[in-house]
Amino acid sequence: MRNVPIRTISPATPDAVVHAVAEAGAKGRHIEVIGGGTKRAIGVLGAADLVVSTAGLNRVIDYAPDELVLTAQPGVRIADLETLVAGCGQMLAFEPPRLTRLLGAQGEPTLGGVLATNLSGPRRVRAGAARDHFLGFEAVSGRGEVFKAGGKVVKNVTGYDLMKLMAGSWGTLAILTEVTIKVLPAPRAETSLLMFGLTDEAACEAMGVAMNGPFDVSGAAHLPAFAAGAAPLKAAMAVTALRLDGFESSVASRIEALVAALKSFGRIERLDAAHSREFWGQIRELDAFVGDPRPLWRLSLPPADGWRGPHQLPGDALYDWAGGQVWLLTDVPAQQVRAVVHSLGGHALCLRGGEAFTGRSGSLGALQARVKAAFDPLGVLNPGRMEAGA
Amino acid sequence: MALHAVSAYRPPMKMPAPDPTLIARKAEIVRALSQIVPGEGVVSEPSDLVPFESDGLSAYRQAPIAVVLPDTTDQVARILAWCQTNGVKVVPRGAGTSLSGGALPLADSVVVGLSKFNRVLEVDYANRCAVVQPGVTNLAITGAVEAKGFYYAPDPSSQIACTIGGNVAENSGGVHCLKYGLTTNNLLGCELVLMSGEIVRLGGKAMDADGYDLLGLVTGSEGLLGIVTEVTVRILPKPATAKAMLLGFHSVEEAGALVGDIIAAGVIPAGLEMMDSPAIRAAEAFVGVGYPVDCAALLIVELDGPEAECDELVDLIRIMAAARGVTFERVSQSEAERQAFWAGRKAAFPAVGRIAPDYFCMDGTIPRGKLPQVLGRISELGTQYGLGVANVFHAGDGNLHPLILYDADIPGDLEKAEAFGADILKLCVAVGGVLTGEHGVGVEKRDLMGEMFDETDLACQQRVKCAFDPGLLLNPGKVFPVLHRCAELGRVHVHRGKLAFPDLPRF
Repeated sequence: MRNVPIRTISPATPDAVVHAVAEAGAKGRHIEVIGGGTKRAIGVLGAADLVVSTAGLNRVIDYAPDELVLTAQPGVRIADLETLVAGCGQMLAFEPPRLTRLLGAQGEPTLGGVLATNLSGPRRVRAGAARDHFLGFEAVSGRGEVFKAGGKVVKNVTGYDLMKLMAGSWGTLAILTEVTIKVLPAPRAETSLLMFGLTDEAACEAMGVAMNGPFDVSGAAHLPAFAAGAAPLKAAMAVTALRLDGFESSVASRIEALVAALKSFGRIERLDAAHSREFWGQIRELDAFVGDPRPLWRLSLPPADGWRGPHQLPGDALYDWAGGQVWLLTDVPAQQVRAVVHSLGGHALCLRGGEAFTGRSGSLGALQARVKAAFDPLGVLNPGRMEAGA
Repeated sequence: MALHAVSAYRPPMKMPAPDPTLIARKAEIVRALSQIVPGEGVVSEPSDLVPFESDGLSAYRQAPIAVVLPDTTDQVARILAWCQTNGVKVVPRGAGTSLSGGALPLADSVVVGLSKFNRVLEVDYANRCAVVQPGVTNLAITGAVEAKGFYYAPDPSSQIACTIGGNVAENSGGVHCLKYGLTTNNLLGCELVLMSGEIVRLGGKAMDADGYDLLGLVTGSEGLLGIVTEVTVRILPKPATAKAMLLGFHSVEEAGALVGDIIAAGVIPAGLEMMDSPAIRAAEAFVGVGYPVDCAALLIVELDGPEAECDELVDLIRIMAAARGVTFERVSQSEAERQAFWAGRKAAFPAVGRIAPDYFCMDGTIPRGKLPQVLGRISELGTQYGLGVANVFHAGDGNLHPLILYDADIPGDLEKAEAFGADILKLCVAVGGVLTGEHGVGVEKRDLMGEMFDETDLACQQRVKCAFDPGLLLNPGKVFPVLHRCAELGRVHVHRGKLAFPDLPRF
């Protein structure tokens, strides 16, 4: 069970973050790092003496739509950021999921939290993950030092790419105090195609056909009967969906070509832009699984083999990223889930009901531990997170 | 791709002092390596080492103790383990096309060449990826998959020769990376041999991996963290059509403004290149593809996707170009013509090589809006140094390649060119940009790292190095201006109840 830390602070300046970390380090204390705190339920943390929230670091510092870059403090809410960039016809192309309803969390996800967890929405199949849009940062390491990496331009190879390391590090290496991300033009037009009643295997095949042709698919998801039948969709059978977006003429022409390529998979229906947006919002937030008490897993698998995971692990699945990301509700023991996923060349993250992360082992595990120690040798930040095994 | 005449030879810039005792152990080192890689796997005769003395930054040359050419991961692991045990420095090498001196040997080093790792191991169309050995050339990956309508997106200009292993080390870009990303955005996994000889696999065919994203960290680490022995790359279905436009302008400002307009209109072209007048004239004289030699700036805009999309966007851009006073306009009418439009740009470096005995290629990135200011200042600096300069520019992402023209036979000219180049890169940083957009830091920009990063920033990066290679034996003398011992970097100091950063020597 998680410990209840004694105090939460929300530093308003990077200096105040340095102060908190430097003091904790010297006194052998531990800090839990949070943004909006919406993903705290994922994983188990060792005992923390203090919670440092980045919510007080909440300024947008610079937004240059023409340069495709935005610099902000990590505590800026994702929702506010998306509203800001939408005003200039742009988007955060990795389509950050909130998962607040799913995890029953209070609060609002922040930019820093989204980068620290490297969670990405359906558009990841085309536009890449959060890590692919992370251009630069300033942060306070576990040593209590302010350091920076990367830059404020879209193309840069100067020095190590510490952005990749920071993305998905779950606050275990440093506390971000400023980040620069890439923003991209939002599509003008959007349509989705729906197919019905496909088996998981056939759906993965259909999504493969769509991804392997010149159709520029920006979302490919499959909801087996259970997920499709759940609220809010409440469909009578499995639903497989493909999203195409971009300039109007382009979408029209690709839709036509894709429908032709998929004709052997049965009836195809189209969703207009408004319904398509609503549908993909539900996929992004995994609405179909909200309220289900079973342990919840995210399986990262080679997409074409996505269906093989759930077929060895009784439970209910929802496929995103053309099969590459499988959400699974299952009571199968964690060790077995990890073993099956590993045998298929993937890995698993448990969001609820089990140890979140795979334990470190072997040469790679030792290397991961040395990387952690390079930034946080005293283990001040988020103790135990990303280390526990099942 | 020799960028300098051989006459440009001069001793390398300040590299870590060679250890004479290691050089004296040459016979023993060669013997040990020959046991690991029998047959003709070890090159040690001085005359045979000449081709390995330099890379694409050929102003610098240095023969290593020996070159070893393994062909299995196990051999690489044994070589590195032996070198670590014996304190021998290692310089990894792909095709040797680095423009920043990434593969420059040290006098007391062993070069590990990956040229025998030249096989495509697997093409997995269902998962849209290919598993290849690091010595496979960039273009050969596309070659292996194009029959089925796929390609590998990053396309550095040296793609005929450069290897995917080198691309991973340098995080190479190319003219299409505005839309399709750099190497790092197109990788799924790799096998990496650490200096200890341990073999680790990072990533795989799934889109995300477990734990820290070490694949992303290793990509662009310039051969300082390990040797990549296998790479899994993402392959993409080829767009249905591609069209290129040539747009000429009276001024760099007008061309730059159109680039801003295109992006503001929500268009991310597949390629968006700019050349200035000296570059246009040099390219046209070299390839004769009909570039407008009277224009001050030429844009090459490539659009890809369904034909309907290309047509729509060509029309949109023509309207915007007219509003910016375009003076020359052509749209490719065939695939051959599209290729011809690119031929001049892709040959810009050798073309410039014809108008000056030597040139020095820079690689800064700037916020695109600063382009007129930066080009104006580069021109002033050129006058000041008495050296010509031609500019080619990945305009969409602000990556500038000024080509500084000089003559290595004129005493002092190379030093002037280098000082000019350093001034340009400092200017890039001063306007909010960075030292290198795609060529890497290597030896070339190593001593400028302090322009962008303070000593704490560099210490954080070097501690990453220590996590992978605590003996600092892999590719020393590259990227970091000063290599601190890992023990010194790792210390944690407490001062008055707070962590205090240890005093490091000033850079």
